[in-house]
Amino acid sequence: MDKIGRFGQYGGQYVPETVMTAVHELEEAYNRYKDDEQFNKELDELYRTYAGRPSMLYYAEKMTKDLGGAKIYIKREDLNHTGSHKINNVLGQILLATKMGKKRIIAETGAGQHGVATATACALFGLECEVYMGAEDCKRQSLNVYRMNLLGSKVTAVNSGTSTLKDAINEAMRDWCSNIDTTFYCIGSVMGPHPYPTMVRDFQKIISKEIKSQLSEREGRLPDCVVACVGGGSNAMGSFYNFLEDENVRLVGAEAAGRGVNTDKHAATMAKGSVGIFHGMKSFFLQDDYGQIAPVYSISAGLDYPGVGPEHTYLRDIKRAEYVPITDEQAVKAFEYLSKTEGIIPAIESAHAVAAALEIAPKMDKNQILVINLSGRGDKDVYSIARYRGVDVVEE
Amino acid sequence: MLLKNRIDSCFENLKAKNEKALIAFVTSGDPDLETTEKCVLEMFEKGVDIIELGVPFSDPIAEGPTIQKASLRSLNGGTTLDKIFDMVKSLRQKTDKPLLLMMYINTIFKYGTEKFFSNCKELSIDGVIVPDMPFEERDEIQATADKYGIYNINLVAPTSSNRVEMIASQSNGFLYVVSSLGVTGTRSEITTDFDKLLAPLKNNSTVPYCIGFGISSPQLAKSIASHCDGVIIGSAIVNIIAEYGRECSKPVGKFVQSLKDALSEL
Repeated sequence: MDKIGRFGQYGGQYVPETVMTAVHELEEAYNRYKDDEQFNKELDELYRTYAGRPSMLYYAEKMTKDLGGAKIYIKREDLNHTGSHKINNVLGQILLATKMGKKRIIAETGAGQHGVATATACALFGLECEVYMGAEDCKRQSLNVYRMNLLGSKVTAVNSGTSTLKDAINEAMRDWCSNIDTTFYCIGSVMGPHPYPTMVRDFQKIISKEIKSQLSEREGRLPDCVVACVGGGSNAMGSFYNFLEDENVRLVGAEAAGRGVNTDKHAATMAKGSVGIFHGMKSFFLQDDYGQIAPVYSISAGLDYPGVGPEHTYLRDIKRAEYVPITDEQAVKAFEYLSKTEGIIPAIESAHAVAAALEIAPKMDKNQILVINLSGRGDKDVYSIARYRGVDVVEE
Repeated sequence: MLLKNRIDSCFENLKAKNEKALIAFVTSGDPDLETTEKCVLEMFEKGVDIIELGVPFSDPIAEGPTIQKASLRSLNGGTTLDKIFDMVKSLRQKTDKPLLLMMYINTIFKYGTEKFFSNCKELSIDGVIVPDMPFEERDEIQATADKYGIYNINLVAPTSSNRVEMIASQSNGFLYVVSSLGVTGTRSEITTDFDKLLAPLKNNSTVPYCIGFGISSPQLAKSIASHCDGVIIGSAIVNIIAEYGRECSKPVGKFVQSLKDALSEL
């Protein structure tokens, strides 16, 4: 990092003056607690006894044999409490919020995974919680809306713009401006103004820490390649971070190409975006020549975002990580493949990483190792995949 | 040598007459740029001192529903920054009053900071207000704005407390004081303790300071203006434009006239 909150030229704190004090207050609190023994003890306890960490590293033997290339391991973040990696970050942020004396939590959510994780932690800590969710996503992920309500959270459907994740973030930021004294904004990805991209990555880096030690135990070595899906990029940052110094470990992010990067229906920020400043950060965004943020599309509500975290853009610039676009069709095939081959139904987001692995693994040697970070489980997506395949699933 | 900025001359004139500034905001291109141009001229005619031309952005995070909708109407009508520059070119043949652009940082960044401010200078735009670029990130544009003599208007908010003095000391043109927490939009009352917030500026501010966000009526404008050097009215005007569409310039003119009258009672 060149200066505070920057990854090369990316990152920064581009927020309205009204929230600057809050951003500084958060930065201070985070710096105070991140190396605090008691804080980390409490967080570790929550990870072990509530979230179910460490998550398992599973050797996917059938998939390995079938593809005939690298040995494939799957990091089972889908087995965490609430069904995804999102809980890692949320427990960290909510614990921090309680230390800061905040009583009200707001969050944005796309697929609903971050919203569910936040609602869960708020139930646990007895905090008021309001989750902003694009109206379109509320429809696509109605089960998660009900789940959040069940956990005692208010879900506010956002009807502005494209009614998806970016609009939910806009609305959460407006709420934050209005209720800055009482409210803690729990951002779900490695995005937004500093310190969020750094803080969220720090709460997620446990993924790569565990992969490293688990693989060392089993294989006595580092992986050759780590693959993760990228929307905002938190599970990818978490799975890459502890390998950044290990230059022989190839790091691959799979982004959502929707119906294809050459159509106008995708969310492939790295493939088709350019540098911009939005949602508090300088990074890559899908935008037009005048800087208007582009409407994006993906079958996956969690990857349906027109930007990407600033650290990813930096890693791309310095060529430490590479980013590949995966279409809806590839992701759905990978969703079905992993279900049938390993008996693991991945989240449609994570299926993008599986799809990238299906391309990469066969080209690798048999003595090499590829790790897929399986960021979430796919129960929430079964209905929409059925619909994609033209199967009429009647729920009653 | 750069010419004196119109904003400075404007506040000097007002001070000499012991008057408060009336600053008005419109979203450019709502419902179309022709209407905006007519509206701007009418508002100057009826006593507005400075006008902020809003540049519509797809995701205006500092705006409430009124200006969000106006931005959408404008963008749907095909408004672009270049078309707004064309409108300003036409306006500058008819008025020499101060014009500002209110816009999001990505619009400047993507257009190219150098090209943007060079255009502003050529078209005699006097300043910019960028609500999502706080003081700490001003390096993004400050040097280029300075080079072309365009003012970057700083903002302070009710939460700024110990930042007020630092920000004010580095400001030019005027200081934009955000009246309340939250986003733009009309409010029935404003409860911020301005005497406390603005105490660091009393008697030693190098720039005038004006209050905006939520000022909805002549009465509110008058009571707020007693704390500062001028008031900024946005959403209340945009609401009239939303109601009257292409026929809005007369009712908008009437409204700003009532604001001006209220301010002159001070």
